[in-house]
Amino acid sequence: MKKLILMMLCVSMILGASAASAFEPVAAKDLKIGFVYVGPVGDGGWTYMHDMGRVEMEEAFPGVESFFVESVAEGPDSVRVMETFIRNGAKLVFATSFGYMDFVQEVAAKNPDVIFMHCSGYKSAPNVGNYFGRMYQARYLSGLVAGKMTKKNVIGFVAANPIPEVIRAINSFTQGARKVNPDVKVKVVWLFSWLDPGKEKEATLALIDAGADVIAMHADSGAAPQTAEEAGVYVVGYNNDMSHYAPTMHLTSPVWDWGMAYKYFVGKVIDGTWESSNIWWGLKEGFVGLSPISKVVPDEVVAIVESEKAKIIEGGWDVFYGPVRNQKGEEVVKSGEKMTDEEMLSMNWFVEGVEGEIPK
Amino acid sequence: MEVLIPILAAAVRSGTPILYATLGEILTERSGVQNLGLEGLMLMGAFMGFSVTHATGNPWLGVVAAFVKGAAISLVHAFLSVSIGANQVVSGLAVAMFGTGASALLGRKMVGLTVTGFGKIPVPVLSGIPVIGPVFFDHDPLVYISYGLAFFLYWFIFHTRPGLNLRAVGESPIVVDAMGLSAARLRYVYTLVGGGLAAVGGSYLSLAYTKMWSEGMSAGRGWIAVALVIFALWNPVRAILGSYLFGGVGAMQLRIQAAGTSFPAPILMMMPYIFTILVLLVISVKKGKGILLGSPGALGVPYSREERT
Repeated sequence: MKKLILMMLCVSMILGASAASAFEPVAAKDLKIGFVYVGPVGDGGWTYMHDMGRVEMEEAFPGVESFFVESVAEGPDSVRVMETFIRNGAKLVFATSFGYMDFVQEVAAKNPDVIFMHCSGYKSAPNVGNYFGRMYQARYLSGLVAGKMTKKNVIGFVAANPIPEVIRAINSFTQGARKVNPDVKVKVVWLFSWLDPGKEKEATLALIDAGADVIAMHADSGAAPQTAEEAGVYVVGYNNDMSHYAPTMHLTSPVWDWGMAYKYFVGKVIDGTWESSNIWWGLKEGFVGLSPISKVVPDEVVAIVESEKAKIIEGGWDVFYGPVRNQKGEEVVKSGEKMTDEEMLSMNWFVEGVEGEIPK
Repeated sequence: MEVLIPILAAAVRSGTPILYATLGEILTERSGVQNLGLEGLMLMGAFMGFSVTHATGNPWLGVVAAFVKGAAISLVHAFLSVSIGANQVVSGLAVAMFGTGASALLGRKMVGLTVTGFGKIPVPVLSGIPVIGPVFFDHDPLVYISYGLAFFLYWFIFHTRPGLNLRAVGESPIVVDAMGLSAARLRYVYTLVGGGLAAVGGSYLSLAYTKMWSEGMSAGRGWIAVALVIFALWNPVRAILGSYLFGGVGAMQLRIQAAGTSFPAPILMMMPYIFTILVLLVISVKKGKGILLGSPGALGVPYSREERT
């Protein structure tokens, strides 16, 4: 009998604790924030931009203390890192890569009074929220530019790893390119690595030799733009404005504004108004965008970009609204329909116009 | 044949950093010291080369600085391996980890910067020869130096008196001591030079191949070089073959993808490593006793004059 009462007490305590999903306001000077980075800040790409966002947030909220650990493998070690943050007083943890998902869930369950935000994931809990950017919208805009600037109608795409995020990037870019130039082909070469400047260079050269006169990329360094500049081929960068790698050949780069997101979330935590949600902001909120478009791009192309951007921001249309065809020519999304967020987040097929395979 | 030319040229380009590191390690291992820290040395070389070139505007200074830095780090390894007689595998791995971490820390400020570095200098006349021209004679100066270095080292190791001493100290240091030379001093020198060359290979990555710094940019090439030394059977000319083979297979799989053929890319990526294993198997089976053909007899074994071991 005693055991039963004890067990019921425990269960009701746990239930009671998890029911308290409201978080009290925290003074900025008392707020400690931990960031888990999947790569090095020195990558000049993904993690570098996250860290710039973190610094921007710190400047906006004087008194807040933030710390980070770099190159944390997407495995059990991330649990150790997050728990160390919590032991050091962190009340807010940002996990900046998809692979941390289950580990965030694990640590969050054990620490219900700490807020966790997982980038690019989809599992939530009362104290776990997700955040990501609709980079595909910015990619689409960059595709419009690339599609107009190619003369040979062959665009090369240097792609890192075959995960839905990259596949979606290729697809949205291709949709944009073919919108202004239906004859365009986008050739894909996989690096199987997020960061290897030498390989990025070789992949760029391989695509140029295969006939591409515009290069696009999803990789963490500026090697592809640099190589394109040397070869005299136009290039669309990524993550960061890559015009300093390719002063004359850079067209534009889809970029993130993590600072905007981090300032928003920290503001909410300080106010005590934070709630678990799946945030997937895009052009409208200013989370993603294009770096300044090069002067070599004709004004009428820039006008097309502006008008498509306005269309998306207005809300009546998005990149993966029907009709969308796959590589075989089948209509996967019918006219009048649109892809759901889940379908976009788990995309694993190529649209018409892409030449390349998705390794299984 | 037309299709092959860009692949072969890419093989030379991407094999060059590995070649420098392999040549350096051949020297070190020929003297009897095993330096596994090539990856760390390459990264420190890439960083040093880049930061000095960025500060001075002269890439040659960057290469020299990289060499000196590589030699300096190898000095620690040499001290531990030769003078103290510590476990060379452990010491080498420590060098690798140190180089990786130190270059990352120091390189933080360099991210996003670029240098002019080395541009391509086609060799007059020679670069016009069909096939051979574009493949071998249309690169930057460090590639040309690597050709000369490999052949020079081949001549040095196998056809000169100092080269004989080098081989002797790696096979049997007690003999070298009996000859009146200092086995320890020879090992120090070759370890430093070998480490310096590995660092030069790294500087090639950040000054010629791509003109930027990025953390971890050698992406495992140093480890490949360690294996290639065995693949090359400690012979500098065979090292050329091994390095270009590695570089070439890597470049080839990218071009196959771009051409649109659907050979599974992960299999192509495994190729270089499969090749090494195959060669290791072949040469081990040949010798029969499990001793690698051509391995310096005293490789990895500390020599102490007092104990005559």
